[in-house]
Amino acid sequence: MSVSNNIIRKRKNMWSLRVKSTVIVSVSLSILVGMLISSFFITPDKLVVDLQLRNIAPSLEHLFGTDWMGRDMLARTLKGLSLSFGVGLLSVIISSFIALLLSLLTLTNKAVDVCVTWLIDLFLSVPHIVLLILIAFTLGGGFKGVVIGLAVTHWPSLTRLLRAEVLQINSAEYVAISQKLGKTKAWVAAHHVLPHLLPQLLIGSILLFPHAILHEAAITFLGFGLSPETPAIGIILSEAMRYLSTGMWWLALFPGLALLVMVGIFDILGRQLQKWIDPFSGDHL
Amino acid sequence: MYAKKGTWFIVKNTLKLASLLVAVSIISFTLVSHSPVDPIQSYIGADMTSVSPEQRDNIAAYWGLNDTYTTRFSHWANAVLHGNLGTSLTFRTSVADVIAERFFASLALMGIAWAISGILGYLLGIIAGMRKETWLDVAIKGFCFTIASTPAFWLGLLLLMCFSVWFGWFPVGLASPAGILNEDVTIYERIRHLFLPALTLSIVGISNVALHTRQKLIDVLDSEFIRFAKAKGEHSFSLLWRHGIRSISLPAISLHFASFGELFGGAVLAEQVFSYPGLGQAVVQAGLGGDVPLLLGIVLFSTLFVFAGNLTADLLYQVIDPRVRRRRTT
Amino acid sequence: MIEQKYRPLMEVRQLSLHFHQYGKELRKMMTVAITNFDMTIHREEIVAVVGASGSGKSLLANSILGILPKNAELGGKLYFEGEELTIEKQIQLRGKDIFLIPQSINALDPLMKTGKQVELVIKKKDRKNIRKNIFKKLGLPPEIGDLYPFELSGGMARRVLVAMAMASEAKLIIADEPTPGLDIDARNETLALIKHLSDSGKGVMFITHDLNAAHSIADRVAVFYAGQTLEVANAKDFSGTGNSLRHPYSRALWNALPQNNFFPTFEVQKFTEKSPTGCVYRCRCPLSTDLCAQQQPEAKMVDNGMVRCFHA
Repeated sequence: MSVSNNIIRKRKNMWSLRVKSTVIVSVSLSILVGMLISSFFITPDKLVVDLQLRNIAPSLEHLFGTDWMGRDMLARTLKGLSLSFGVGLLSVIISSFIALLLSLLTLTNKAVDVCVTWLIDLFLSVPHIVLLILIAFTLGGGFKGVVIGLAVTHWPSLTRLLRAEVLQINSAEYVAISQKLGKTKAWVAAHHVLPHLLPQLLIGSILLFPHAILHEAAITFLGFGLSPETPAIGIILSEAMRYLSTGMWWLALFPGLALLVMVGIFDILGRQLQKWIDPFSGDHL
Repeated sequence: MYAKKGTWFIVKNTLKLASLLVAVSIISFTLVSHSPVDPIQSYIGADMTSVSPEQRDNIAAYWGLNDTYTTRFSHWANAVLHGNLGTSLTFRTSVADVIAERFFASLALMGIAWAISGILGYLLGIIAGMRKETWLDVAIKGFCFTIASTPAFWLGLLLLMCFSVWFGWFPVGLASPAGILNEDVTIYERIRHLFLPALTLSIVGISNVALHTRQKLIDVLDSEFIRFAKAKGEHSFSLLWRHGIRSISLPAISLHFASFGELFGGAVLAEQVFSYPGLGQAVVQAGLGGDVPLLLGIVLFSTLFVFAGNLTADLLYQVIDPRVRRRRTT
Repeated sequence: MIEQKYRPLMEVRQLSLHFHQYGKELRKMMTVAITNFDMTIHREEIVAVVGASGSGKSLLANSILGILPKNAELGGKLYFEGEELTIEKQIQLRGKDIFLIPQSINALDPLMKTGKQVELVIKKKDRKNIRKNIFKKLGLPPEIGDLYPFELSGGMARRVLVAMAMASEAKLIIADEPTPGLDIDARNETLALIKHLSDSGKGVMFITHDLNAAHSIADRVAVFYAGQTLEVANAKDFSGTGNSLRHPYSRALWNALPQNNFFPTFEVQKFTEKSPTGCVYRCRCPLSTDLCAQQQPEAKMVDNGMVRCFHA
C-alpha cells in the first residue's frame, strides 16, 4: 500500500460498536429473563421423584437427563438458578448498601477514612471461602447464613472502588466552592457526591453478582450453604460428585454449565454498562 | 536515608499485621462462640447417650465452657500467644501439628498451580496485548472471561470425570493410597494424586493474571515512551523486549502474589473435589465437624498466608522498581 | 551532484488527516485534524511550523513518521529525498534517517537508565564513549547516564532527548515542541542546540507555538491554523509591524508578541466534524468577505512565500 493512494490506511469497516453493544446486552438480558421466568413455571410436580424414570441420559423428553431418583435435571437446574439469583440479589443489595454507606462516611474526616480503609483490609485479609465457612458455622448454614455471609464478605472491593471515586469527586473544584459557600458535608454528599457515585454503584453491584453467585454455589457445595433439600446448584453438583464414577456425566455437566452462563451474563452486562457510561475505560469486548 | 525508609516499612507492616491478627482473632472467636453447634457433642460424636450428664459437666468445666466469654477469650488468646493453638477435636492432635502437616501438602498443590497459572497467564496476556483486537486476542479474552465465570469445583468435577472416570489415568481420590504409610508413598504416586487438583487450580488462576497483563501492556503500548520508541524505529519484538517487559512484569508478579486469598479459596474447593488431604480439606472438616480450635487456627493461619502474599507484592515494588527504590524519604 | 544538493529533503503535499472516533453512548464521529498541508524542507534548513496548541501540529510529526493511531485516515503525498515515503519506507527510515525529538519528557522509558536509552540509538561500536562525548557537548555530566528519567530535572531530560537526536545519524530531525516548560536560559540553549543540528547538515522541522523561537532560528516559518498552513513566510518577513507578512493571521500572531504591539488574538479553534467550507480563518479575520465564506482560498505564491488568502 502506498501513501500516494487517494486515501491510505482506510480503517476497516467495523460494525458499529453501538449496535454491537446493544445486541450483546439484549441477548444476554433475554437469556437471563428466560432462565428466571421459566423457573416460575416449574411446579413442584416437576421436581418429584419418579423411580420409573431413573438415570435417563439427556433426550428430547429430558433435555438435561434425569438423576438416580428420576427427577428431571432441567427442572432442578432452573430452580437452582433462580435460587442462586435470589441469594445473589439479596446479598448484592446488602453489600452495595454497606459499600455506599462506608464510602460516603469517608467524607467526614481523615480518621474515619483510615478506619474504613483498615476495615477493607481486614475483610480482605481472610480468604473469602474461610470467612464464609466461619460465618456459616456461626449462623448454622442455610439461606440466612449464606446471604449474611455473602453480604458481609463482598462489600470491601466495591467500597474500595467507591471510596476512590468519592475522593476524586471531593477534590473537584465545585465541591470546594460549595464548602466555601457554607454547605455542610452532608449537603455536599447528597448533592455532589451521591449523583456521581450512582452509576459506579450500579455497575459495581452488577459486577458483584458473579462473585456472589459463585461463592454461594461453592459454599453450598462444601456443605455450609443452602440445605440439602433445596435444588441449589451447589447441592446438585455435590450430589453429582457421588455419582460421578457411574458415568452419569449429565448430572454435573449441565447444571454447572447453566451456572456458568448466568454468571457470565452478569459479567457481560456489567462490562457493557461500564462502556456505555464511559467509553474510554477498560477495553473493548 | 534508605535504612530509615526500610525501618519505617518494617514498623508499618508489623503494626498492620498485629492489628489485623488481633481483629481477626476477636471477630472469629466471637463468631464461633455464638455458634449453635454444641462443642461437646462434636467432640463425642453422635452417640450422646454414652456420656452421662456428670461426665458432660466435667468436660464442660475442663474446657471452661461455663466461664464468661471474656475469660474464655483471654484463656484462648493467652495460649495462642504462647504458641499453643489447642487440640483438634477431629484429628485428636495439636492444631499446630495438623496445620503444619496439612499446609505442607497444600503448599505443593498451591505452589505448582501458582507458578503454572502465573507463567501461562503472563504469556497469554502478552500475546493478547501485542495482538490486540485480532482473533487471537478475542480468543484469549474469551477464554479468560469464561474461566472467570466458571465455578472452580465444577471444573474440578469435569476434569475428574474426564481423566479419572473415562480415561482412568488418575485416581479418584486421596493423596496417598489407603493402607500405605505416608513415608512409603512414591514420588510417582504423589504426582499422580497431585496432577488433577493442580491442573484445576492452575486453570482457575490464569484468568486474572492474563487479563491484567493484557490491559497493562495495552496501556503501556499506548504511552508516550512507547510511541517515541516506535518513532525511533523499534517495533514488535524489540519494542516489547526492550521497553514493554520492564513495565508489565513487576505489576503482574505483584498481582499474582496479592492473589493468595483466591489461591487458598481455590485450594479449599479443589482439595474437596479430589479428596486431597491439605489445609483446605481440613478447614471444611473443621467447619462441618464443629472442630472450633482447628477452625480458629486455620483462620489465623490463612490470614498470615494472605498477608505474606500482600507483603511480598509490596516488598517487590520497594526492592525492584527504581521509582520506589530510589525515592528519598522526606 | 548539484541536483542532489537542491532536491528537497522532505516534501509534504496536500496532506490531510481524519479521525474516526466514538463519543458518548458509543456514537460514531469523524473529526478533521489536518487539511491541505504543504511544506518543503531542505538540508541545513530549519522550517518552523507555528500554531496554537490544539491546532494539530504534533499530528504532523506522527504522520510523517507513520505512527498514527489505528483510527486515523491519512491522505496526500509524502516524499523523502525525492522518493515517495510509503508505509514500508517510513518503518525503514524512522529512527535512522528521520528522528523525532518528542514533545513530552515522558517519552523516556521510565524504567531504563538514560545513558542506556541514548546508547540504544547509536548504531556504531563503542557506544559508551560516543554517548559520553555527546553528553559532554550538551553540558550533561556523565553520571546523568546512570540515573533514571524521574531523577532528572525537566531541562536535563530535554537535553537527553536532544542527545538522542544527535546520537542518531538522521538527515531529518522533527522537533515537536521541544521548548515549553523551560526557563529562558534552558530554552535559548535548546534553540541553539537545534540550530547546531541544522548547521551540522541536518534538515529540521521545528514544531512550536512560540513564534519568537521560530523566527529566531528558522529559515522559513509555516503558519498553521485549524489544520491548514495559511502562510509559509521567510524568517526575515517577521519584522517591524509585520507588513511583509501575507496572511492576516500571521500578522495578528506577530503583533500579539510582547515586544511588538501586544494586540491580543483570540484563539478558538477546534477540530470540526466535517470539512470546512470557506476560509478557516474567516470568522476572526478583519478582511473577511462573502467570497471567503463561499470557497477555500487556494495556495498561491506571493513575494517568494506561500499564502492561502484571497486578499494577499
